[in-house]
Amino acid sequence: MKFILAVFLSAFLGIAIGTFMPWWSIAIAGFLVALAVPLKPGSAFLAGFTGIFVGWVTIAMLRDASNERILSVKIASILPLGGSSFLLIAVAGLVGALVGGFAALSGSYLRGLRMISAD
Amino acid sequence: MRVLPFAISTITTVLLIILLSTSFGSVPPLGKFLSPQHGFWLNAESVGKDFNEQLHFTGLNGKASVYFDDRLVPHVFAENDDDLYFVQGYLHAKFRLWQMEFQTHAAAGRLSSILGVGPDSAFLNHDRMLRRMGMVYGAQNSLASIEADQQSKSACDAYTAGVNSYIDQLDNRDLPVEYRLLNYTPEHWSNLKTCLFLMYMRYDLTGGEDDIELTNMRSVFNRYTLDKLFPITQDSLDPIVPFSTVFDSAEVKLRIPSSVDSLYYGSKDSAQVYVNKPDPDNGSNNWAVNGNKTASGRPILCNDPHLGVNLPSLWYEMQLTSPSHNVYGVSFPGAPSIVIGFNDSIAWGVTNAQRDVKDYYTIDFDDPSHANYKFNGGSKKTEFKIEEYLVKGGPAFYDTVAYTVFGPVMYDEHYNGRGRTAGQSLAVKWKAHESGNELKALMGLNAARNYNQYITAISNFHCPGQNFVFASKSNEIAIWQQGDFPAKWLHQGDYIMPGNDTSYSWQGNIPMRENPHVLNPEYGFVSSANQLPTDTTYPYYLSGHFDMYRGKMINRFLERMNRITPVDMQRLQNENENLFAESILPLMLRNILRSSLTDSEQGYLQAVEAWNFRNDPDEKGPTIFQNWFDELEKAVWLDELNTAPRPWKLPSDYTLVEALLRDSAFSFIDNISTPEQETLQQVITDAFKRAMPAIADADKGGKLAWSKYKDSGVRHLLRLEPFSRFHLRTGGGDNVINATKQFHAPSWRMIVELTDDVQAYGIYPGGQSGNPGSKFYDNFVDDWAAGKYNALWFMNQKQQTDQRVKFVMTFSKS
Repeated sequence: MKFILAVFLSAFLGIAIGTFMPWWSIAIAGFLVALAVPLKPGSAFLAGFTGIFVGWVTIAMLRDASNERILSVKIASILPLGGSSFLLIAVAGLVGALVGGFAALSGSYLRGLRMISAD
Repeated sequence: MRVLPFAISTITTVLLIILLSTSFGSVPPLGKFLSPQHGFWLNAESVGKDFNEQLHFTGLNGKASVYFDDRLVPHVFAENDDDLYFVQGYLHAKFRLWQMEFQTHAAAGRLSSILGVGPDSAFLNHDRMLRRMGMVYGAQNSLASIEADQQSKSACDAYTAGVNSYIDQLDNRDLPVEYRLLNYTPEHWSNLKTCLFLMYMRYDLTGGEDDIELTNMRSVFNRYTLDKLFPITQDSLDPIVPFSTVFDSAEVKLRIPSSVDSLYYGSKDSAQVYVNKPDPDNGSNNWAVNGNKTASGRPILCNDPHLGVNLPSLWYEMQLTSPSHNVYGVSFPGAPSIVIGFNDSIAWGVTNAQRDVKDYYTIDFDDPSHANYKFNGGSKKTEFKIEEYLVKGGPAFYDTVAYTVFGPVMYDEHYNGRGRTAGQSLAVKWKAHESGNELKALMGLNAARNYNQYITAISNFHCPGQNFVFASKSNEIAIWQQGDFPAKWLHQGDYIMPGNDTSYSWQGNIPMRENPHVLNPEYGFVSSANQLPTDTTYPYYLSGHFDMYRGKMINRFLERMNRITPVDMQRLQNENENLFAESILPLMLRNILRSSLTDSEQGYLQAVEAWNFRNDPDEKGPTIFQNWFDELEKAVWLDELNTAPRPWKLPSDYTLVEALLRDSAFSFIDNISTPEQETLQQVITDAFKRAMPAIADADKGGKLAWSKYKDSGVRHLLRLEPFSRFHLRTGGGDNVINATKQFHAPSWRMIVELTDDVQAYGIYPGGQSGNPGSKFYDNFVDDWAAGKYNALWFMNQKQQTDQRVKFVMTFSKS
């Protein structure tokens, strides 16, 4: 339950902060969520990873749909991903997810440290 | 110990972010680039995007309204001219910002600042070439004359303010995708950038003389041979002004240097430099017919400028209306006003004059410092200009260029076109360096109401020299070859000239009234297609690079056409008849030794024999003919030409055609590297056999059909394939009215019928938006390739509720 909450919060917070901060603000979102929601480091990583992945993929898919894939097909040929919009969205999601996951891992370790010092 | 894992994961996160924010070579910073909230996804414009907007700027004097039609063509209505150009600048920036900056960076020799030095330093060398040629120097001289004219300065200032108003409010959301890919951001616009853009057009249209090549050929051939290779006129000439024209004797009296035989024709010096030139086929068609030849009884004017076709397009279509004028046509993103178009009284169009206005002089420096050079028996001081190149991803590069009385020393021991060499020092003398206010000419044409105002307008046009075709509602038609053309003695400037005194200098411009022109000829039409403007009775030497077949075809059609409609003109602009092939193929077929051909060769011969002389997309004849002729050309010329130092140039297609038609024992037919005397039959047959591998290969690959073989396309300025449009089905080609080659084609086709309500049609291979993520990016390309046209809506502001208005943008003072 806490895991799903963390995934949902990371996705939501990532998008919310991203509207006014640079792209790497997803790290802040992942980090803050892991600080707030108690999870083991491994689960925290996975929650941050999944959350940012879901958030980025959702927005990318919405933009891609309203653009009728005009641009994603071209960018997916330049990068090169064989002109596949699907692959491009997945790669974008993974890039964000990695940053979100590691930031969440940090948050989780820091939370652990705070617990120890509080004892 | 939990501190360590925390530290490790935190450092990993930070490193990851740094890595994903950095670009490596051509790979953009991936985190930033791929983020759906920050990256290229923002350029994925919704297909239903709403372009309605209400904008407020302090730079405006009054109000302006912009009505976009379904093709996203803006119809701009402003209360005064300054606001009109402000809005034009804003719209150019909004839809074409990246190309405006890229093209002016290219003109200024600054590509290496965004692309790096390039493979083998190609980008840096190209930058150096343009700066050493004096591109920035010329743009600054133009800027001075623009800023000395109140009306032009005011228009440029307003235009620049409009562009910068867009740039100033530009946030990451609207940053064009090319900036994201190359990871940089736009700088401010300036009037100098507008001049740099116009300078690029001067370069594109007058930058490609053959002085270096011809000098190398002069080093091995005598004058008689050179006259055969590069005759000053043509047997089948059909000039822009009719043969019957009587010219007065030249007003500029020329003194031929006394040393011309020894130091000029007799010189055996060669020039070992690399030349990199604009496409030699940059040319165009234009014509106008008067009301006697049309169904409506009113003149029709047509123009299709042939240029390298790119995406985003060189052209941006728009209507500009203020109390002083109401004009429709295509504009250059980067400059105020309409370049080719029509207003409520007249229409105009341009083709390139093709005249040689760029020459080289050898400079004899006193010492390696280049501080002084020998001139008129004494020593003259050079002026130095230090060029700084801020190279992306590398150290800055500095280059010192010496300026002489002639112009900048382009080639010397520090630069030979690719790098450094010990060669002679060559200064460039070029009309494009001189001040000139072409914007005043364009703005004058935009507002012109009659022939006299057209003349006044084009008198301001100095470089690149153009053939301005004109038609008015009052049934006048005219064409003027206009520009500053140096009055030259026979062959002056064809070769590099001695620069140690004034004797070889240009001696003045041909006065405008002596420029070739025609007004209301009784045969009812005027036309130009980059051919020689006159025959040899013109009192000045016409040097340059002239076409022949297109102009001849156009005149042949116009002569026999009557009761012409715009649809007839559409057909004529897309005409694929190949007069060049008609002129020479019968001779080739008569002379080929059939008995020596294999079965498969016989098959291809029969195919080209059955050809209807049309370069239609599915014809196989043009592919076979073109390969055969190219081989024939090589067989005739290369044995002799290869004796000259490189670079040299091949004679024109028509030179070979006319030589063979005149004399089947033409001396160049013999291959000088073999002991026996080759005959025309042998050479033609050999050429056919040599062309076989290419033809058979094309056939095997299913690419013998002309459109497949030619494989036309429209390339993105960065040559990025996914942003380009390739493999278009088109006919036409070199020497054909429909001059659609592979990447060089009619860049804007326009037809204007000057009825009371002007009826106009036009199309260019692109789209109004420069954004590869917009549905308006390339939406004209398929129709253009198919030879179709858009009806151009010359909107009246009372029609603002018309269904054709899809979006409205309002501009007002804040």
